[in-house]
Amino acid sequence: MTSPIIYLTRHVQAFLGALGRLLRRPLGSLLTLLAIAVALALPASLWLLVKNVQLATGDTGDAIEISVYFRPGAALEKAEQLAASARNRAEAGTVTVISADAALEEFRAYSGFGAALDSLQGNPLPHVITVKPKPDYANPRDVASVQKYLRAWPEVDSVQVDGEWVRRLSAILDLMRKMLGASVGLLALGVLVVIGNAIRLEIGVCRAEIEVTKLVGGSNAFVRRPFLYEGFFLGLLGGLLATGITVILVVALAEPVSRVSALYGGRYVLSGLDLLEAAALIGLSALLGVIGAWFGAARLISKIEPKD
Amino acid sequence: MIRFDHVFKRYPNGREALHDVSFEIRAGELVFLTGRSGAGKSSVLKLMTLLERPTRGTVTVNGQDTSTLPMRASPAFRRRLGIVFQDHQLLMDRPVYDNVALPLMVSDTRFRDIDKRVRAALDQVGLLEKERVSPAELSVGEQQRVGIARAVVARPTVLIADEPTGNLDHGLAREVMQLFRRFQDVGVTVLIATHDMALVREFSQREILIDDGRVFSGAQGERTS
Repeated sequence: MTSPIIYLTRHVQAFLGALGRLLRRPLGSLLTLLAIAVALALPASLWLLVKNVQLATGDTGDAIEISVYFRPGAALEKAEQLAASARNRAEAGTVTVISADAALEEFRAYSGFGAALDSLQGNPLPHVITVKPKPDYANPRDVASVQKYLRAWPEVDSVQVDGEWVRRLSAILDLMRKMLGASVGLLALGVLVVIGNAIRLEIGVCRAEIEVTKLVGGSNAFVRRPFLYEGFFLGLLGGLLATGITVILVVALAEPVSRVSALYGGRYVLSGLDLLEAAALIGLSALLGVIGAWFGAARLISKIEPKD
Repeated sequence: MIRFDHVFKRYPNGREALHDVSFEIRAGELVFLTGRSGAGKSSVLKLMTLLERPTRGTVTVNGQDTSTLPMRASPAFRRRLGIVFQDHQLLMDRPVYDNVALPLMVSDTRFRDIDKRVRAALDQVGLLEKERVSPAELSVGEQQRVGIARAVVARPTVLIADEPTGNLDHGLAREVMQLFRRFQDVGVTVLIATHDMALVREFSQREILIDDGRVFSGAQGERTS
């Protein structure tokens, strides 16, 4: 049983050995790092695009409102009953009942047709309920579910969702998110292949050393360890470089974006990766490095056996 | 300590390298394994170091039957052996110290013990002052001594040497042999594969003669005169 101190010492040795190996061939390491960085900077940039579109269009949840129009002659109690029922639903944020009388008074006050209304016999306006979904439920699927529920009441004449543009924007953002997911998957696979291949080449160079190490009793795990650290370093440094590329991109685009925003009377400032997002990118990259190195090294190392 | 029991070895190309080979080497013995090139010496060594498995028969080293030992157990098995090669098998991009320390690095040896034992091994072969030098800068004889220091640094119970004096002149070969004798004196079992018959006669130890894959003589304890 290996003591923790010896185990840790062996890891420190492998860690330093891997770092030394990368530094011994700076050009090759740099090219591999650039390939990883570019592959990771692409989905990171797409993520920033999605994030900035969301920020620029504000909280779209607040812009969605469902208006429920009752049939003429429907009792106000029924409208209040439906409002109470709607409030119990998880999706509902604010539910307001506007009685036909209140609507008429409001129309009379603000429309400028007060005198004309006096000539009408009775109130032509229906009772109305407005429902604003909670931000978490302001998506097409949940809004459609509420809409269906409200329309099912017999006293309801029609249900209208205000904010069609929000739905369209949401659909576009959804598409962009899906593209982001696909690009993350594909480019992560690319990073795995780049790192795995770099490690395989490195193992080829170190074949004689591996054979001697195994001949004196080195296990596969012992031989593999420095290569896993090498993959970790390639991933970590590639992730850092990718973060740097996105920072440069944000800095370069900040001024033109502000100018466009000003033309529309806004003061939008382009948002870059925050600390958590940058850490996630670097962490994911380092993890991909270790996984890529494992795939590149594990089988190959176990197949290398010492010769006499 | 080392036992071959009716061992046959046939390679995938059909060549039979060993045919019904049996011999035993007791703990603390120094034995020469002799025979012309292609006689089967290398196959014997390969079977002992788990580079090959017997086609039939059993090979027992340090009490372990190598024919049934799983591959995953081979690192631990090899750590109990010291192996010296004719071509030294040194890592030329590492200093002498690192080469000698390698068997200790792959085992569970503490850092301070590694340092002590590497220096002691280098001292034994007279290369302590060259610990920071690359093996490429050493003479062939010195490289061979680095190889021996690496083989003994982990204090193996069995030392196997494949033509350890093959590239050395007679004076250096004698020096190397004296080193092996010293390890034998402290209880290490030493098996030296060689075709240097002058050296075999000079050191007067048991000789196992192999020819055409069969043991010709020396399977039982007899000394060369």
